[in-house]
Amino acid sequence: MTESAIRLLELTKLFDGAGEPAVTALTLDIPRGSIVALIGPSGCGKTTTLRMINRLIEPTSGRIEIDGEDASLRPVAELRRGIGYVIQEVGLFPHQTVHQNIGTVPRMLRWERARVDERVAELAGLVGLEPEQLGRYPDELSGGQQQRVGVARALAADPPVLLMDEPFGAVDPIVRARLQDELLALQERLRKTIVLVTHDIDEAVKVADRVAVLNVGGILEQYAPPDELLHAPASAFVEEFLGDDREIRRLALKRVGDLPFEQGPVLDIGRAPAEARALLDDARSEWIGLTSGGSFVGWAHRDHVEEAATLAALPRELPAAQVRASSTLREAMEVIMNSRTSVAVIDDGGRFGGIVTLEQIRSGLAGRDA
Amino acid sequence: MIPALQASNPIVRWSWFVDEWDQIQAALVQHLELTLLALGLGLLLSATLAAVALRYERGAPSITAGAAAFYTIPSVALFGLLVPYTGLSRATAVLPLAGYTLLILVTAIIDGFRSVPAEVREAASGMGMSSRRRLLTVELPLALPYVITGIRIATVSTVGLVTVAAIIGQGGLGRLILDGLRRTFWTPMTIGASLSILLALALDLLIYHAGAAATPWARRRRA
Repeated sequence: MTESAIRLLELTKLFDGAGEPAVTALTLDIPRGSIVALIGPSGCGKTTTLRMINRLIEPTSGRIEIDGEDASLRPVAELRRGIGYVIQEVGLFPHQTVHQNIGTVPRMLRWERARVDERVAELAGLVGLEPEQLGRYPDELSGGQQQRVGVARALAADPPVLLMDEPFGAVDPIVRARLQDELLALQERLRKTIVLVTHDIDEAVKVADRVAVLNVGGILEQYAPPDELLHAPASAFVEEFLGDDREIRRLALKRVGDLPFEQGPVLDIGRAPAEARALLDDARSEWIGLTSGGSFVGWAHRDHVEEAATLAALPRELPAAQVRASSTLREAMEVIMNSRTSVAVIDDGGRFGGIVTLEQIRSGLAGRDA
Repeated sequence: MIPALQASNPIVRWSWFVDEWDQIQAALVQHLELTLLALGLGLLLSATLAAVALRYERGAPSITAGAAAFYTIPSVALFGLLVPYTGLSRATAVLPLAGYTLLILVTAIIDGFRSVPAEVREAASGMGMSSRRRLLTVELPLALPYVITGIRIATVSTVGLVTVAAIIGQGGLGRLILDGLRRTFWTPMTIGASLSILLALALDLLIYHAGAAATPWARRRRA
């Protein structure tokens, strides 16, 4: 197990006047450099848990350790400056420019002006903001851009920990998907410890290394990597929460490159038609793939192969359904569903890499765990 | 009986304006001084009261109700009531005038601070901002457009009320108006009234532009 950056120990929160605790004896190890998603229905205490980490809410009992140190013993302002905080409503300062917003924590830390400017420019590049947007006010940006500014502001002083409370909840699905991809790309480079609250299981499965499913009252139902969670829910509650299509969701977790894909009935166009016929019989296939100089050029049907003098002269079906080794099984399935061949060709940087079929996708899901 | 307009007593006799310019200028300066003193004091009191109201939410309704009650006292009566205590002094004029600004200013300041979005406060605290720094660098600037609007309304209403302070001998443009009425000589009255209006408009415009310069982000928001 990786060293944990944040440990929640028997954490309980009982709000004044509430009969039941919002969070009940929650113990969670959050490994350094990983993304952990907290998910559950409303009232499950996921936001309360997040806000206890940066002490916007103080726990009733239990402990939070950050880097092995009791968070309640550290000065609260200093603690928070070391923890980036991103919320759904973003909470940018409307009276300050994007530049000023991003530079908030560095200014509080009394960095020199030149250093702040340099850091702001660097972060703008990192989250994909144009330099001319730095002089604008938040109201002049779109929702997605505002959220990028929010992430840049949270990262400004390079905190090792990032807390994100439904960060992409307020933007439309297309922008949300893009921001999720950007977060993953960012994480690839920065390796922060990220705790992310979400109510969207697809988001949790897509971005998190581990997912903690909470029940009402902040009771931990399961804490597992996404694939394990989807394949083996620990309780009826988790199973119901994930929905009936949880196996389908796993398609988004696995990549074509993970499959034991094959070369398939594929032949170079310089070869003899007889070889093609043998290959088709062998594979019991209706179609044969043709390559030229290592690149895939199209599919030819068996009927044409029977009569052809050369493979190069065959009428070809184009375009071939193509995926990359890095495509998810879900994307591969989408491509296959949209093609006439029930097979997708793996494009390995312009070269033919093999083929992937629906059967391979199915066994890929069941395979290794079975 | 008020005599009708006649050639000998026109609305404005320009020669009087030229001859009495020193007197008119002095009245204008007095008027401006009284206005600014009343506004300054009013702003100070309002800020204090609003701070209390914002800190102790339950106290807020009684504070605004108190300011509203004060606002209903007729100014002439209030000036008269104060004379036995403070005499025919500047304080007798400035205290009530400041009191009349409270309703507008306290409300404006409270509204301004309440307009700060909760998520902005949360983000500021979440970044480790102290409450003092948050107040000065986040909440105050965001409340400013409301406060400026309040100051504009208070200024215009105070310029008008200062004319009434002339009845307790505090000068200002009101003295010209009283003078004209007493002598049924229209020129000083017209000039006093016109300058009072112009002063109110000029101050309003000045504060508007100063406010716009201080809140460039809000201007873009308005656009």
